[in-house]
Amino acid sequence: MDIAKRVEKNGFLRFLKRDWGKRSVIGIPYVFLIVFFSLPFLVVLKLSVSEADGIHYEDLASYVDGIVNIKIKLSNYIFLSTDPLYVETYWSSVKFATINTVICLIIGYPFAYFMARSAPGIRPALLMLVSLPFWTSYLLRVYAWKGLLDDHGVFNNILMWAHLIDEPIKMMHTGFSMTIGMVYTYVPFMILPLYATLVKMDLRLLEAAKDLGATPWKAFWLVTVPLSKNGIVAGSMLVFIPSVGEYVIPELLGGPSTLMIGRVLWDEFFSNNDWAMASSVAVTMVGLILIPLVIFNKYQADSGGAKGV
Amino acid sequence: MAETISGSKSSVNDSSFLRIDRLSKHFDEVAAVDNVSIDIQKGEIFALLGSSGCGKSTLLRMLAGFEMPSLGNIFLDGADIAKMPPYERPINMMFQSYALFPHLTVWENVAFGLKRDGMPKEQIAERVDTMLGIVKLKPYAKRKPHQLSGGQQQRVALARCLAKSPKLLLLDEPLGALDRKLREQTQFELVNIIKKVGVTCVMVTHDQEEAMIMADRIAVMQEGKFLQVGHPTQIYETPSCLFVAGFIGDVNLFKGTVEVDQPDHVIIGSPECKHYVSHGITGTLGMEVSIGLRPEKICLQKHEPTDDQRESPSERGFNVSQGTIDGIAYFGKFTLFHVKLDSGMVIKASRENAARHEEHTLERGERVYAWWDGSDVVVLTN
Repeated sequence: MDIAKRVEKNGFLRFLKRDWGKRSVIGIPYVFLIVFFSLPFLVVLKLSVSEADGIHYEDLASYVDGIVNIKIKLSNYIFLSTDPLYVETYWSSVKFATINTVICLIIGYPFAYFMARSAPGIRPALLMLVSLPFWTSYLLRVYAWKGLLDDHGVFNNILMWAHLIDEPIKMMHTGFSMTIGMVYTYVPFMILPLYATLVKMDLRLLEAAKDLGATPWKAFWLVTVPLSKNGIVAGSMLVFIPSVGEYVIPELLGGPSTLMIGRVLWDEFFSNNDWAMASSVAVTMVGLILIPLVIFNKYQADSGGAKGV
Repeated sequence: MAETISGSKSSVNDSSFLRIDRLSKHFDEVAAVDNVSIDIQKGEIFALLGSSGCGKSTLLRMLAGFEMPSLGNIFLDGADIAKMPPYERPINMMFQSYALFPHLTVWENVAFGLKRDGMPKEQIAERVDTMLGIVKLKPYAKRKPHQLSGGQQQRVALARCLAKSPKLLLLDEPLGALDRKLREQTQFELVNIIKKVGVTCVMVTHDQEEAMIMADRIAVMQEGKFLQVGHPTQIYETPSCLFVAGFIGDVNLFKGTVEVDQPDHVIIGSPECKHYVSHGITGTLGMEVSIGLRPEKICLQKHEPTDDQRESPSERGFNVSQGTIDGIAYFGKFTLFHVKLDSGMVIKASRENAARHEEHTLERGERVYAWWDGSDVVVLTN
């Protein structure tokens, strides 16, 4: 009886300790997200609806003489939705991000497929090659494209030297140069999740498809592609979301015609010093683009796509 | 309906339906399958039996078209299929892990092959319903494979590969992924469905019991070659060599020398006893041989065997040895005795537990006579 009780107590203590460990491990990402995402976002949200008084921002709620005053300024948002520049910028950002995602998928899928089907011995080497560009600063690598694409850059010089063209082709500061920079930067983020799903695919499923009369091409479309759907979704998210708000690449490689939210945000914050306006641009971006994506992603996961693969 | 299930008309019995002709497969100079030839009849269930790495799976994969033979031909219903890609062969395979498409429902899995054939939609629906009816899975049509039990998944896999009415059905370790209890029940179900459909079937297994229960004929394979091909009883009762005898079931092996070599009988001397073998062998006087004896062929009793018990009087004094019971294992339907013979060799003898045996039970440590009939002995050369 006594021993049984003690054992039970010890068991319970162990359970408590184990539970505590579990909670703290799960807690770390929560704390991280609250401190580095939720709180800053709330600050930005507050700024976007506050009345500016020079560099001082008024409180949203005040309590004077028994009266609670809540003051929420919506004029920034109204201005955003009426000014064609902002509307156009949003569309343009989504357009470039979409083009970038599609090109990354077209380049990344065969790449990931090849890696996943290569001999297991050389896969680590191929993976390292994919992540090799990360060893150099992203800023430097984007800057390097300037040297390649400039009017007197490497590509134009070679073409001129080969007498294929008489005068330099304008490549820098166009949609073309920006897209090249974006695809170049983001393609590893497409390859890695695609590789992860393709490499664990059961190859017997392809044999089964062929056994049942599917040509290799049909087997690819009917089995490999649907089963890599999770990888396609994850890769597209990883590419699309940061490309919408991309600032460095449009700034360095883009031109006047390549409107991107990132640049507008920068201008509002640091050229116009209109932090309230800049905040509302940021909040709108999150609301209009990211939230629908999150909902879509959740719907995808719930519809059973994630199960059984 | 029955005709659409079998997908074929009656056949001529004596012509071989599947002919494997001097088939070999080399992987980097190593022969996984080495010059194998066999004729398989229409409607037959043929089992390839062997331990892992014996080449049975490679042979099956060559039939399916996943491996191209290095040498030799495969004829199915008169047509040479050795060079055909898998998607053109009228052959379907049930994979060991079933390889059901996880993103498709049960219904879509079964319909997959029919859609590839460009069958009209209404016909596909009808055919899928028929197949799901045969494997008793109609209520599960809308489920995904991961929502089914192992046994149900196996039936979906079977329905999927029978849906196209293949000329040849290949089964790769068909029951390997099921637990023991379910396996026994499924073995008979599987054979019933295959026989009902009438499809010719080649199966691969490492489980000798599974092969004996399911197959009409068994080929025991080792190192890419067929060691013996025959009906389950032939393989069990008259194994052709030591490997087959040891692989299929339990066997006691005595080592001995041929002392008398007559056309109708042979006498072989071994430390345990003199063996009287009531059939001739292809051997010579003084040859070293092994004598194989199944545990259930050995009788254990406390007194010396009488002439009445013997097959023939000429066996008197032969095929009998004395020993002590060393261990008793009770298996329910039978009991296995370990008997330490006076020569030091330990033999296994089993006895069925029918009620009539209870009157003379044997105890551990008891002295017994172990004896057997000369016709139950198999002489194996090395």
